[in-house]
Amino acid sequence: MTTKLAKTPLDAWHRANGGKMVPFAGYEMPVQYESIVSEHQACRNAAALFDVSHMGRLRFDGDGSEHFLDHILTRKVSDLPLGGVRYGLICKEDGGILDDVLVSNLETPSQRRFHLMVVNASNRDKIIKWLTPILDDFPTVTMSDRTELTAMIAVQGPAAMEACKRLFSFDPLRLKYYRAVITDQFAKPAIVSRTGYTGEDGLELIVRAEEANRIWENLLLAGRNHGFIAAGLGARDTLRLEAAMPLYGHELNESTDPLSAGLKFACNLKDRSFIGSEALVKIAEAGPSTVRIGLKPDGKRPAREGCPVLDSKGQRIGEVTSGGPSPTLGYPIAMAYVDRARADDSEFKIDIRGKLVDAKPTKLPFYKRPKS
Amino acid sequence: MSRDESKLLYAESHEWVDLAEENGKTVGTIGLSGFALEQLNDLVYMELPELGRELTAGEEFGEVESVKAVSPLYSPVSGKVIAVHDDLPESLEKLNDDPYDFGWILKVEVSQANSVDALLDHAAYQKQCAEAG
Repeated sequence: MTTKLAKTPLDAWHRANGGKMVPFAGYEMPVQYESIVSEHQACRNAAALFDVSHMGRLRFDGDGSEHFLDHILTRKVSDLPLGGVRYGLICKEDGGILDDVLVSNLETPSQRRFHLMVVNASNRDKIIKWLTPILDDFPTVTMSDRTELTAMIAVQGPAAMEACKRLFSFDPLRLKYYRAVITDQFAKPAIVSRTGYTGEDGLELIVRAEEANRIWENLLLAGRNHGFIAAGLGARDTLRLEAAMPLYGHELNESTDPLSAGLKFACNLKDRSFIGSEALVKIAEAGPSTVRIGLKPDGKRPAREGCPVLDSKGQRIGEVTSGGPSPTLGYPIAMAYVDRARADDSEFKIDIRGKLVDAKPTKLPFYKRPKS
Repeated sequence: MSRDESKLLYAESHEWVDLAEENGKTVGTIGLSGFALEQLNDLVYMELPELGRELTAGEEFGEVESVKAVSPLYSPVSGKVIAVHDDLPESLEKLNDDPYDFGWILKVEVSQANSVDALLDHAAYQKQCAEAG
């Protein structure tokens, strides 16, 4: 089966600027321009610009949309203040994770309140199908898929906020972490949030599709003297791995529950009822079966997703979910799920395609940005 | 001495081989093409074969790993491994700049039964790369 791949509004820019395009979640996306490592380092040392337009953007309007979201999410949304952003999970009845999402509580310039949910590109169709019948019970709430009408751009890195200052009429530093605002800065309304997926400070912008190129170019121009460059999905993945952020399809899937995935912070279980809450309460009482840990394999050879994790005696106790070289640390790193009873072991082995390599447990995240 | 890439033979899987007569035997020096290295980008690890190992043309002898992916390396010829470039895994950053001289990976004493019919000359290999984009 061949399906035609979608293009983001910035597709022509990527191609004209050396972007190596690869299929990803139904889109043609730049995996890198020059090199994953140099793009990674630019993000850690200056700032990088990412086209993340492939992420799904679903808008919920109407009275009671916060109650609808409370019903489908592991986090409470009804107490989210205006301008607040919250990370949460959509679970099945059995607690298996359908997606991890960000929900923002926003108000248009004409003072219409709505919620915006950013979902993973690979899960967009699935989530729309999952939510559609549930919406029948919330007749005042409407869902609209804004993905193709808009573009999404992430600006991430220590220089991001300073360089973006002159692009906004407000000081973006006044926007606190995990807060969002609608600005009419770019002649057309844009949603600006202080969020990201790299472990660095920065912003994510959702803009009209037809404005994407102008804003992208303006951002690059604003960052010209700060060392800004465009970065692809390759660097996005190495950055999020260093920051130990889970990625759907790797750390998260329908047979993993949020507690076993180490996402207890993203589950408000007390006095709440939502889809999957009964199963999650039981798992919380019994204790999750696995724990997500960080590993540092000896030597230079990276452990990759799917590599078995063994205890020091050679018994299989888990599996690597994401692994690769860490450009910042200069050695390979890996995230893995291991049996809960063995999570505090001091020595592990990883089976890297037939060769056993010693690995030491290491605290997550692997990389934490210096406090400014 | 600088190796002339236009005189080498290439496997479809992007390894090059330089065949030369040494003391009455055919020795194949094997590396990875500049095109392949450019595609891989940002190498982080290379696994080399053991000395003395008998390889069959098309057999996997090692692997090279970039930030994003692992790629197997295949021998373009049949024969016994008589030398491996031990310094290479520690100097992968130099490989991109010099794939045909510094970038040799291993030397094989080519077996009598070996055939090079399946290998490409430089022009044919370049055509394959151009088509791959």
